[in-house]
Amino acid sequence: MNTEVLHEFVEKLKTEDASWVAGVKDALGEVTITVPREAIVDVCWVLKSKHGFDMLVDLCGCDRGVEESPRFEVNYHLFSTKHHNRLRLKVLLTEDEANVDTVTTVWKTANWHERETYDLLGIKFDNHPDLRRILLPSDFDGHALRKDYPLRGYEPYSLS
Amino acid sequence: MSVVTENSASQFDVLDQPLESQMTISMGPQHPSTHGVLRLELVLDGEMVVNTIPDIGYLHTGMEKLFEYKKYQQGIVITDRMDYLNPLGNNLAYVMAAEKLLQLEIPERAKVIRVMFCELQRIASHMVWLGTHALDIGAMSVFFYCFRQREKILNLIEAASGGRMTPSYFRIGGLMMDLPAGFERRVNQFMADFPTAMEQFEVLVTGNTIFQSRTKGIGVISAEEAIDWGLTGPCLRGSGVKLDLRKDNPYSGYETYDFDIPVETDGDVWARFRVRMREIYESYKIITQAVARLEPGPTKADAPKIVLPDRDDMRKHMDSLIHHFLIVAEGFNVPEGEVYHAIEASKGELGVYMKSNGGPKPERVHFRGPSFVNLSALPDLAEGEMVADVVAIIGSLDIVLGEIDR
Amino acid sequence: MGLENQIWESLPDVVTVKLDAVVNWARKSSIWPATFGLACCAIEMMNSVSARSDLSRFGAETFRASPRQADVMIVSGRVSRKMAPVLRRIYDQMPEPKWVISMGACATSGGVFDNYAIVQGVDKIVPVDIYIPGCPPRPEMLVHAIMMLQEKIMNESVKDRRDTFEVESRRSMVPGTLPVTEGTVLEDLARTAEIKPYTIPSKHERRRSS
Repeated sequence: MNTEVLHEFVEKLKTEDASWVAGVKDALGEVTITVPREAIVDVCWVLKSKHGFDMLVDLCGCDRGVEESPRFEVNYHLFSTKHHNRLRLKVLLTEDEANVDTVTTVWKTANWHERETYDLLGIKFDNHPDLRRILLPSDFDGHALRKDYPLRGYEPYSLS
Repeated sequence: MSVVTENSASQFDVLDQPLESQMTISMGPQHPSTHGVLRLELVLDGEMVVNTIPDIGYLHTGMEKLFEYKKYQQGIVITDRMDYLNPLGNNLAYVMAAEKLLQLEIPERAKVIRVMFCELQRIASHMVWLGTHALDIGAMSVFFYCFRQREKILNLIEAASGGRMTPSYFRIGGLMMDLPAGFERRVNQFMADFPTAMEQFEVLVTGNTIFQSRTKGIGVISAEEAIDWGLTGPCLRGSGVKLDLRKDNPYSGYETYDFDIPVETDGDVWARFRVRMREIYESYKIITQAVARLEPGPTKADAPKIVLPDRDDMRKHMDSLIHHFLIVAEGFNVPEGEVYHAIEASKGELGVYMKSNGGPKPERVHFRGPSFVNLSALPDLAEGEMVADVVAIIGSLDIVLGEIDR
Repeated sequence: MGLENQIWESLPDVVTVKLDAVVNWARKSSIWPATFGLACCAIEMMNSVSARSDLSRFGAETFRASPRQADVMIVSGRVSRKMAPVLRRIYDQMPEPKWVISMGACATSGGVFDNYAIVQGVDKIVPVDIYIPGCPPRPEMLVHAIMMLQEKIMNESVKDRRDTFEVESRRSMVPGTLPVTEGTVLEDLARTAEIKPYTIPSKHERRRSS
């Protein structure tokens, strides 16, 4: 997969604002841009309106490990229905400041993806229209996909 | 029941109005027409839907957490149960993501067999869709005809892999085993009978005026809205966007096959129905080409530390035995990296985000289920429709709760 | 149900044995399942209803969507923690006589999924009569299970099954996680309801025949 086309988008982003691109990684045919968390909405707007990335395919969080810092990361997978290119944006978050601005204003599909990330990992999305649990029961204690949450949960499913 | 304020629909101010004018009913989670355990809170004004609030999670299985505790090869078994109507598609997405991380080269015969099975699986999934969609709208006999065809495909899958609905046939580096003897004859037999079956469906369903009037003009979504909501697959192609990952981001040799992408422009339930019916014909074409292309050859990649050796080899040669033991007992280390691989499953773009930290177990596996994203557009689609039309819209979105809730 | 039981209990055994045969024959020949298909096993259940292995020739003619009209609940698929109270509520809504078939490995024991999200065996919530292994079980296995259930029904006695827990099942509010929309009528009910523990009616202790 040739990644020169994708690097052009990186260059275009850098010409807009150099602080937006905190890191670029090119591996396995994919380009990952690390974006600082304050700039993510602006970056997304620019990519959507000017460069044709009109579909947000996936938004997923990842817990890197309890001792890692930054602990969390949020990956935004973008796709363009016009020129069929894929790009990944990554935002790194520490455990104390595990919140990032929502991109539901840019793509409506981010709504449910962000709810799921909040539900399973505990990453909060500021200004989200409806941030509540989506997959786990609403009285669930904790965030299940974190590395310090045990696989079997805390109590057996007791009936009383 | 305790009042759980965290989950209440507090952002909707329809509830400020007096309750006589609007009624909130809960459809599901045990409901014959919701295709699984889906709960919809419908806010109704008489018979017309004002708002729909889907409530999912009744089938949440914690699969993404399970993947982190299982070696890569063991994870294939879990992917079968995700979108349980299209298990070979799930297998393929997971296996191709792992192969991308490992940078393995897959032999040609394995690629052709993968394409053939993916298309057979697509037809089987569309058979269930057609049967249940028509059943919800009221055409009950189509259900039995569709499942009859599906039984034939399940027999084919069972002949190759041993499991009807949970085959786990694709492995990292190729296939589990080669095809049994006489398999091409059986596939050709199925293909010979299939066009008559499709004619029956066209007569029973497509030509049915009741079906047409219940589905035309319902649940309309425009192309821009569909892209904004992230819809993919037949839902997007029914709104006029010609996007199919088999053509646009091809994988496993799809660029060498000759098929069309059906597109309809209306964006309603009828358009999505027509897209799926036409897709079945295209899948038929691809399977015929794939069967003609089958040449004898290896079905596993040449990577002894990653791919399990053949049983004969394992019994006769010491190094194969050692490799088999190590792969099963310890697993193989996958180089560090992250990859996102998407395939065109029967419901849309099925994407796998896999992140490895150098060990035998992945650090994070996330499945982008097409049904999850398609269902999030339901409030938009169902606004202003009647309650009975909500059932038709859900059928046209073709959701599978296993994929939504993972 | 209550009055019939009292009549039958006062009859001599000679009569009830004959009654048993007739009543049980009627019950086993027309055993209508409630649709409780959850996951992959539900598709195999649909396969067993369709033309190749036809479940309706054993009496399971229609799958009733409403549990109030159903005899057997075939729990097919994995029961997640969010779904468990719903399962219990549907079971409570079924009138006696009722049976439960736990279809598949996930319903029997949690199956492949030994984690925080899945109830490890549906018999922690409802009493199960027949367990079917498999992931998913073949349609023929479900047919065999219905046949086994029919044999089990033939061995029952009319004196045993009574409308137990009638008072409880009419007034119980299942503790659960179903969200209640604010501002609706259900909110007051939910706030004033007491959360009670489940009590599994243990037919095996009460049953006097085999």
